[in-house]
Amino acid sequence: MIRMLKTMPPTAILGVLVIAAYAVIALFAPLLAPHAEAQIVGAQFEPWSAAYPLGTDTLGRDMLSRLIWGARNTVGVALVTTALAFGIGAIAGLLAAALGGWVDLALSRLVDVLMAVPALILTLLALSALGPGVANLIVVVAILDSTRVFRLARATAMNVMVMDYVEAAQLRGEGTWWIISREVLPNISAPLIAEFGLRFCFVFLTISALSFLGLGLPPPMADWGAMVRDNAALITFGDITPLLPAACIAVLTVSVNFVVDWMLHRASGLKD
Amino acid sequence: MSAAEARRRPILRMIAGRLGIGVFTLFVISVLIFLAVSLLPGDIAQQVLGQSATPETVAAFRRELGLDQPLAWRYLDWVGGVLSGDFGRSLANGRPVADLLAARLGNTLFLAAYAAVIAVPLAVGLGLLAALWRGSWFDRIANVATLSAISFPEFFIAYILMFWLSVRMGWFPSIADPGASPRLAEMLGRAFLPAITLVLVVTAHMMRMTRAAVVNVLGAPYVTMARLKGVSRWRVVTRHALPNALAPIVNVVALNVAWLITGVVIVEVVFVYPGLGQLMVDSVTNRDIPVVQACALIFAAVYILLNLLADVLAIATNPRLLHPR
Repeated sequence: MIRMLKTMPPTAILGVLVIAAYAVIALFAPLLAPHAEAQIVGAQFEPWSAAYPLGTDTLGRDMLSRLIWGARNTVGVALVTTALAFGIGAIAGLLAAALGGWVDLALSRLVDVLMAVPALILTLLALSALGPGVANLIVVVAILDSTRVFRLARATAMNVMVMDYVEAAQLRGEGTWWIISREVLPNISAPLIAEFGLRFCFVFLTISALSFLGLGLPPPMADWGAMVRDNAALITFGDITPLLPAACIAVLTVSVNFVVDWMLHRASGLKD
Repeated sequence: MSAAEARRRPILRMIAGRLGIGVFTLFVISVLIFLAVSLLPGDIAQQVLGQSATPETVAAFRRELGLDQPLAWRYLDWVGGVLSGDFGRSLANGRPVADLLAARLGNTLFLAAYAAVIAVPLAVGLGLLAALWRGSWFDRIANVATLSAISFPEFFIAYILMFWLSVRMGWFPSIADPGASPRLAEMLGRAFLPAITLVLVVTAHMMRMTRAAVVNVLGAPYVTMARLKGVSRWRVVTRHALPNALAPIVNVVALNVAWLITGVVIVEVVFVYPGLGQLMVDSVTNRDIPVVQACALIFAAVYILLNLLADVLAIATNPRLLHPR
């Protein structure tokens, strides 16, 4: 562990520290935030002051408090979505690789179709049909994002499925589930873990974009994408406050990407 | 059959094959887009008219929308309409969807082409340099910079640019409406901020992938061989590496059209640019489904078409792919 830390490039160390800080803020949001999430504490668009360190928003809610609550809401929704996407994609991919035949064919063609169109377009279409809402948002984004996990899980599992030890397990009569969980999964966990980081970034950016477009979490909840949208008018007056929630999003995704980049570099044993 | 004809034939057959796949994909997507409405949990007529509508009005509205017809018939009717340029009527204001689309499609294509013309040469050039000088300070800075740029939400980049170039410096308008200006220079100036935002987003993705593709080729044994027999560095790149990296680079460019389309939607909203993306987002919020369907279909068709083009180009630049075994 110590040796691993020593070989980490500075960007990866920075990434780990930032992720840890976000986790602490998200977990202890109720203790850290000076005001409640939806509490109106002052006039609209108050400037930065001692009472409101980052000013107030369109409705007079404390900006700093909402940024802190946003860490919990926005990152939480993105994490749930990524986990769901990962579950769907990994299980479907492993099943396709293990069962083969028409299951593989049907799932692969379905994924091909879903990936033939930019995901944002399909997300917008699905949300307009299903209507807004957190549950719809999570399910739609997770299903569309699981296509990439599916491809990776299927491809890596296919390589393992042709190994002699898998054949041996099949010959001694082990079931599909046993083979997947005991023989295949341990051998493909490294690329899948790195993929989890990448998927989180994608999902997080997608959800932020959707909430920026007004299709994210329902209004009273603090949500970084929607906070940028609601306060965007301030930018034309030369105030950078609306950029802060966007910066929160950017800093987290950059950090995750730094860590993932290092993990991929280590796992690939390097091409360059 | 002449020799030249024989040489040209695999390409024609290949193009026909890809075209078939593209048309089929588009067909499946159009079914998906069509079904998005029909699989709604509730009844669209009821939703549009509200809970207070009488059963008679709902029934009349359903008949007007054609909802009393069988599903397959409605699909054929819809596709037939689309093929003849009739996308139905908007639920929000009753205007023909085709009228809403007409002006906006041009604006969006203008913006996307504007961004692509700058981004593609820039990204491919920078990606080549990063691959050539890999490990150098230039490569490291490029790595960190592009990694950061692809991690930024599009609207963050857009607002930063708006803040500096428009609000602080006052060089460009913060609301980008190309209008019906006859002068190209004026249109380019007005659409500069959204275009440059797209360029930044797309260039980062494209440059990373170009670098990876070229690094891959530079690792091939024939490149080492060329170096060992004393061929100059420049010649190795232009004569040995580049022709083989061309196919992956073409693919990279096509792949990035996805980010261009995704980016267009967000950037148009930020800069209040009257394009297809903004229309689509507005219609999603209003649940104006015929308009959403039309926009989704157009975006999907453009995307599939560009991928098809890239496929054909990639195969045409790589003779090995012409004779698959």
